[in-house]
Amino acid sequence: MSATQEPVKSGAAGAAVFAGSDSRKYNYYDPKGRKATHYEDMTVDVQPDPKRYLLQDWIISFADGTPTYYEGWTQLKSSDWHKFRAVDQEWERTHYQRQSTIVGMLKNVIDNGRRSGAPARFDKAWVKVLQDHVGAYKHAEFGLGTSTMQAQRYGYTQMINNAILTNSSYKLRFAQDLTLYLGEIALDIDGFDLDAGKTHWLEDPIWQGTRKSIETIMGANDYLEQYFATNVIFEPLVGELFRSGFVMQMAAAQNDFISPAVVSAAEGDYERNLANTVELFSMLVQDQQHGEKNRQILVNWAQTHGALALEAAKQLQPIWSQPRVKVAQFADALEQAKNRLRAITAEIGFDARAVIGG
Amino acid sequence: MPDGLTLNKIVAQRGISIGEATRRVADLGWTPSYVQEAMTFPTDYKIKKSPRDPMKQVLRSYFPMQEEKDNRVYGALDAALRGDMFRNVEPRWVEWMKLFLAIIPFPEISAARSMAMVGRLAPGEELRTGFAMQMVDEFRHSTIQMNLKKWYMENYIDPAGFDITEAAFGRCYATTIGRQFAEGFVTGDAITSANVYLTVVAETAFTNTLFVAMPSEAARNGDYALPTVFLSVQSDESRHIGNGHSLLMSLINDPDNHQLLERDLKYAFWQNHAIVDAAVGTIVEYGTTNRDKNKESYAELWHRWIYEDYYRTYMLPLEKYGIKIHHDDVAAAWDRMVKKNYVHLTAQFFSVGWPVNFWRIEAQTERDFEWFEHKYPGWYAEFGDYWKWYAKLSTPGEKAILFNGDVGYVYPHRCWSCMVPCLIREDFVCDEVDGQIYTYCSEICRWTHKTAFAAEYEGRPTPAMGRFSGRREWETCYDGWDVADAIKDLGFVRSDGETLMPQPHLIFDDKKMWKLEHLRGDKLGSPLQNFRKLTPEAREAAVAEYRKGFKINPIN
Repeated sequence: MSATQEPVKSGAAGAAVFAGSDSRKYNYYDPKGRKATHYEDMTVDVQPDPKRYLLQDWIISFADGTPTYYEGWTQLKSSDWHKFRAVDQEWERTHYQRQSTIVGMLKNVIDNGRRSGAPARFDKAWVKVLQDHVGAYKHAEFGLGTSTMQAQRYGYTQMINNAILTNSSYKLRFAQDLTLYLGEIALDIDGFDLDAGKTHWLEDPIWQGTRKSIETIMGANDYLEQYFATNVIFEPLVGELFRSGFVMQMAAAQNDFISPAVVSAAEGDYERNLANTVELFSMLVQDQQHGEKNRQILVNWAQTHGALALEAAKQLQPIWSQPRVKVAQFADALEQAKNRLRAITAEIGFDARAVIGG
Repeated sequence: MPDGLTLNKIVAQRGISIGEATRRVADLGWTPSYVQEAMTFPTDYKIKKSPRDPMKQVLRSYFPMQEEKDNRVYGALDAALRGDMFRNVEPRWVEWMKLFLAIIPFPEISAARSMAMVGRLAPGEELRTGFAMQMVDEFRHSTIQMNLKKWYMENYIDPAGFDITEAAFGRCYATTIGRQFAEGFVTGDAITSANVYLTVVAETAFTNTLFVAMPSEAARNGDYALPTVFLSVQSDESRHIGNGHSLLMSLINDPDNHQLLERDLKYAFWQNHAIVDAAVGTIVEYGTTNRDKNKESYAELWHRWIYEDYYRTYMLPLEKYGIKIHHDDVAAAWDRMVKKNYVHLTAQFFSVGWPVNFWRIEAQTERDFEWFEHKYPGWYAEFGDYWKWYAKLSTPGEKAILFNGDVGYVYPHRCWSCMVPCLIREDFVCDEVDGQIYTYCSEICRWTHKTAFAAEYEGRPTPAMGRFSGRREWETCYDGWDVADAIKDLGFVRSDGETLMPQPHLIFDDKKMWKLEHLRGDKLGSPLQNFRKLTPEAREAAVAEYRKGFKINPIN
């Protein structure tokens, strides 16, 4: 009798006990904590590595011999790229839940605000600010979204690439959030010019520093430079400065309760993107073998992008004078942005004085 | 409330139209003037025309739609457990999921990465949202599949093989073809890989067999989870097909691109056929216990999805743009499916190699024979004795079929191009590339390596085209190793350190399971290394002998 003639009564766990019948955990990687998280199980080792399990090495290369994934795509070095775990622990389900919740929140706020006639009560000077400057700023968000979309191809592990991917998803969504929000309130406000934002983005001297800063990030050939410049430099010095330091503080005094809610979503996104970024770069700065060299590279990147972002921030100053009711000062907002940068860089493990002085 | 008045009517207010919304979103991009955008992956194509987005979607509607799809998927998984699905599931089927789900999450996430490559190449921003959605979709697919696999591991009778899944993916001789598939999406010429190979061919044609045909078979085997997950995955594919077609249309109008398009459609179609049909064909035909003669065979499904749906309604219309479609290759692939036993030979190969797998394969039985003969007349004469041998040799203590000289099976060469072995013996070819001898399953795979993946194509420089690299013949990695040592090195041993993860049967009883000791003493070898050592004359003779094929010895 051959072995195949035996019947199988149940395919359920526990129906029989035999070697390996209780091996019910992914066992090919070391979890960061005592137990593997669901995120780790969904993510770790999906992108293989010849240093781990990729027996036959990468089997296609680019024409110059560069393999499918290559550590040299960034100047930074790591003793073990696989140690990084995204702090926000996102995998598909949590990502869609969060994005969908945000989209639902925005829809409710905008729909109900419009239904109550709120946009028509916005202060006239503020309407122009929304049209020209929030309209311009949406392009900055889009630039960061496309830049991180590009960067998510280059990382050496699945954990790094997926963290950059969700960052891109958040940025692209927010750029669209602003676009559609302005499109919708334009239906309620006579004369609202939806093309003005792009014109200001491309031509207004107030926005040229920001555009240059964004284009420099988009032009960086090192994917971790893009990720670093986005979350460590641009976001605190320009992004948060404009979103929190201006829109969220000013809007209510101009009869606008909708814009702060719309913009607040981006602040929540950024906290998560920032946490992932700090985790990655602090890991690289603390690397026993490469940490010091990595720190130097970060300082260089911080100087390059910091100078541009600071210049961009200063060029935005006139916007703070444009609302009729002035409840926030540019100098205060900028100081807060600098403090934020100091805190972030200290967390990563280098000094921000090289960028913003003492 | 007056007749006809509804809540929707009460709360409705004028909104931005879909057309206006997509137009505004597409206007978010601009041409940088301070700094040039970063270098991206190269292409030899010229893209002058901005691709259009036929789907007109925005992320605001995308995320809630996807969350709703997820809710249905995860609700169904919970319901399957409450309904005690695993009590009635067919282990023959779930065992093959150890292979399939080890492979598929990496191709999926590679598709996400490839959106970086086409996203920046395509001029204009209209299709950017489509690419962004596809990027997030592929992230969805990769992690939802990792979740499904974990779910099987936690609830199926034999979790061994699921527990090492991504490690196994990197090491197994069978998952090699999945790595060729995935790396093909992201490496080399960006349009060749991310547009033609991925979206125009893999997603438009072959996801139908992957994500539609296979779930149907899963349901027939008591597995309601796979259809739930994969039909949800497939519902995203229509958008990806739209992205691919739109970018293709922006390329095809420039006659300068036609030569490369013809090359890439030929390469991509043939390699997708070679890889996907080998794996999915085997799983659908040999992983099932359902032998309903009224259901479609894999060959019939192929005819419906690939020949009728893809070739006749998608590829043929491309000829009006002036490109030549590789009709002969489609016919040749069909012949491989129905006349040359491609799927059956692959199943035979996978089962011969069971000791170095990480899942169980049980023998086909009389009931299976009856169905195969009905669907593929002549099957029994060709494969009946083989599967009887397989059943006979599935008991520990027998000489494993891989090394058993009584059976008459001749271990095949590996195809350097598609990575599937050269199973259709009469089509076997070899050639010299850059001074080295290689073996191929077919003339088109030889052409793919030597002619398509090269620095020049028909006199035209193709500096962006990729190259084949790495230790592509798996057997080279263990040339001369004792098979027991190789299995240990692969990690395909259960937690007791002795019992093999793979078994040639579905008996869940330690006493009847194979251990390392049952296999020790036989050596693995590399057909290619030996082939290269031959003199040119001896090699020619070896090719002629190989093309004659082999005959399985009768079994009493």
